[in-house]
Amino acid sequence: MSEKTEIKYTAKDFSSGIDVRWCPGCGDFSILAQVQRSFPALVGIDKEKIVFISGIGCSSRYPYYMNTYGFHTIHGRAAAIASGVKTANPELSVWMATGDGDCLSIGGNHFIHLLRRNIDINVLLFNNRIYGLTKGQNSPTSEHGKITKSTPLGNVEYPINPISMAIGVEGTFIARAMDVDAKHLQSLINRAHQHKGTSFIEILQNCVIFNDGAFDFYTLKENREDRVIYIEHEKPMVFGKQKDKAIKLDGFTPKVIDLNDGKHSINDAVVYNEKSKELAYIVSQFTDNPALPMPVGVFVDINYTTFEDDMTAQIAEAKKRFGEGDVNDLLRGNSYWEID
Amino acid sequence: MNDEKTPVEPNHTQPDLVPVEDVTVRFAGDSGDGMQLTGAQFSDTVASFGNDLETFPDYPAEIRAPAGSLYGVSGYTIHFSSHDIYTPGDQVDVLVAMNPAALKVNLKDLKKNGAIIVNSDSFDRKNLELAKFESNPLEDGSLSAYNVYPIPITKATLETLKEMNLPLKTAQKCKNFYALGVVYWLYNKSPEYTLGWIEEKFKKKPELIEANTKVLKAGYYFGETTEIFNKRYEVKPAELPKGIYRNLNGNEAVALGLVSAAKRAGLNLFLGSYPITPASEILHYLSGMRQFGVKTFQAEDEIAGITTAIGASFAGNLGATSTSGPGMALKTEAIGLAVIAELPLVIVNVQRGGPSTGLPTKTEQADLFQAMFGRNGECPAPVLAAASPADCFNMTVEAARIAIKYMTPVILLTDGYIGNGSEPWKVIKIEDLPEIPVNFRTDPKDFHPYMRDEKLVRPWVKPGTPGLEHRIGGLEKQHIYGNISYDPENHQLMISQREQKVKNIANDIPELEVIGAKDAELLVLGWGSTFGAIAAAVEAQVEKGRKVCYAHLRYLNPMPKNTGEVVKKYKKVLIPEVNMGQLAKLIKMDYMVNPIQFDKVKGVPFKRSEIEAKIEEILKGN
Repeated sequence: MSEKTEIKYTAKDFSSGIDVRWCPGCGDFSILAQVQRSFPALVGIDKEKIVFISGIGCSSRYPYYMNTYGFHTIHGRAAAIASGVKTANPELSVWMATGDGDCLSIGGNHFIHLLRRNIDINVLLFNNRIYGLTKGQNSPTSEHGKITKSTPLGNVEYPINPISMAIGVEGTFIARAMDVDAKHLQSLINRAHQHKGTSFIEILQNCVIFNDGAFDFYTLKENREDRVIYIEHEKPMVFGKQKDKAIKLDGFTPKVIDLNDGKHSINDAVVYNEKSKELAYIVSQFTDNPALPMPVGVFVDINYTTFEDDMTAQIAEAKKRFGEGDVNDLLRGNSYWEID
Repeated sequence: MNDEKTPVEPNHTQPDLVPVEDVTVRFAGDSGDGMQLTGAQFSDTVASFGNDLETFPDYPAEIRAPAGSLYGVSGYTIHFSSHDIYTPGDQVDVLVAMNPAALKVNLKDLKKNGAIIVNSDSFDRKNLELAKFESNPLEDGSLSAYNVYPIPITKATLETLKEMNLPLKTAQKCKNFYALGVVYWLYNKSPEYTLGWIEEKFKKKPELIEANTKVLKAGYYFGETTEIFNKRYEVKPAELPKGIYRNLNGNEAVALGLVSAAKRAGLNLFLGSYPITPASEILHYLSGMRQFGVKTFQAEDEIAGITTAIGASFAGNLGATSTSGPGMALKTEAIGLAVIAELPLVIVNVQRGGPSTGLPTKTEQADLFQAMFGRNGECPAPVLAAASPADCFNMTVEAARIAIKYMTPVILLTDGYIGNGSEPWKVIKIEDLPEIPVNFRTDPKDFHPYMRDEKLVRPWVKPGTPGLEHRIGGLEKQHIYGNISYDPENHQLMISQREQKVKNIANDIPELEVIGAKDAELLVLGWGSTFGAIAAAVEAQVEKGRKVCYAHLRYLNPMPKNTGEVVKKYKKVLIPEVNMGQLAKLIKMDYMVNPIQFDKVKGVPFKRSEIEAKIEEILKGN
């Protein structure tokens, strides 16, 4: 892709113009808007080279609303189909819209293999901790004990932590955002686009009908600064309205410290590092721990070669070693005889 | 081959070369004895001498089944001849048995007076017990109807190698080449081809080149210098049409077909696949073809195998996936996606015994119904079937042609028998294959994703094309415009159009050809891998003056236009199938005729003699 400095698109250019059919108040609207707003500023973006792939679920209707190439596929398989698209044509900018059920339950297998293969696909996981399209069953990210249509006596399963999972399967770009923080989400979309390799953004998203307020504890304006920590590369892990709280590591155990208690200073705070998967794992485990803030931001950003680049290199290498393949030689094989 | 036991005469002259028309040899031993390799070497060698041949590898699902066990026996049958042949042979002329279990399992297929070459070293108490022999068949007279040649193959191998000081296991592993050497001598075939192969194979292990070369030659010289055999046999080259030939198995033929079709279409080839017996070789062959730009994707499961291929087709490649029955079951939903998204895709099912895991290494025409009907909704997809190992090439190219021309997934059925089996193939030039035109739409003017041409085919657009950005998917689409549509009339229209599009393909495939007696009363109708046995049986019966003919279906959906006319023309229709009558039921349903089913589900192909007997039985009743 060529570098372009001039901005040739507006947010509107990315809208397909058809009616958006999500429920009024759904968090998906914000995610759609942030993508459409951030795309014009992405470096080297060409609208015709963008492909959105999705599976099944509310979030998977996403491609229909983008004026790009799109393929709304089958439940759980978006990661595999996107892998085929990107491998077949590495020139394309491939994005995947998926939900917690689509990505982590029925599509869990494809998702983990996408991350370990490091194919340059940008995954937007809309995590609302519920099945919306099928009207309210528990999802693989639903809390233990949660009452849903299919768990009337409470959920007896424990949830997947998508960030920890992504680290565990060797993801190279792993991030978390909130539907309600537009600016932050836009910045992560930009980072995901820049990252070469699979980029994974978990977006905490509110389902207004079946799981309304699931993230209010963290995401409501009045709660956010005290209960959410924005992690940033090479910056101390500080949060709170007054930026007066920080994270300290006591061995492997994270603790919240008060920077104004006279015993601690900013020097006690952990300095976050996106290159450390060890640290990323510890921080990812803050999630759902009531004693610790909800971490958002970029957990991991490291570089390995991508699957499609390795494949392209193998093809080039094979052509160098064996010459551009002659199909007639291939058809004849090494062992043939002639009858005349 | 008819051999009678004569006393060994005390002279050192070479025995006479007896000309024979055709011979069937089977190598059998433990699954770790290298029988598949030995058989493949023998078939490549006879092929290079210009014989026609058909082969049938038959092996257990266990990679190294317990040594000496009956279920661990692996066999490789080669039928070679001086004339055109269709099958790997009903009965075996020469059985090479590396242990008692191999003898026990294979004896039933040996001709009376047939030859048995056994490794006598393996006939010890333990192996005899494992093979459930109560006494040693080499000594108790139970093999008196055969010509038995006991050779101490293990001892001879170790003796040949004693100066090399190889580890015992390594030395013992060479013994299959001793047996191969003996058989080369017996059929007057030079071991040159295999000697060359050994040099290439063990390039990096000179001690193995030396060991295998010595043992192969020792086996050959054993035949020459001992007087154990009183005759040798000569099968003259077959009179095949002029040209260059190679030996080709069905799985390799599929791989070559895919590469060739992609070349003639000017597309890049993408194979998404998950390893499964007996289809994995297709993935292996294509993985070695990077210099042709081939991209292979060993997926995390069968579903990803097909869905990555669908993604690749959406991106403008020729997408393909290879599998066998259980994998096909997992791909079902994705095939439906390809049908409704109307994207080209080649799906190869190398069928095996079912249901469930079934018989992984054994052949069966198990999945015709699955290919025809195994999807949710009204979901028509073209279904093709290859008739022989080399025909896998033609039908793969056909599958790709239809997939591209009609924007549809195409299912190609082969099976373990023809997938692993091989025969000589007259090598074609890529230029001789018709071009497969691909017209990627680039003009944005009046473009809509579900507009259709006169054949009801929608346009194929490569993402990356400016101005043609559009969305497709698994939800029902509005005719022409491609927006999501739940409109009742639209759904009926779209279903009808998808169905008609596939039906139209009948105008674009060859008619069903009938071969045999002009005044035939009985038609033998087949599909897929039963071709060889049916053709051989009917031709033999016609020669005997019976009023019988045959026709073979390579296109199962849609069937050739004249199929109804053909099946209604004869008094009786016999349909032999390696399943419980799947084609017979389709014929009954589509054409209201009542065919005679002849079903066999034993994990092995039909023998010519079985079909001949059935034909005789039916015609006798007339």
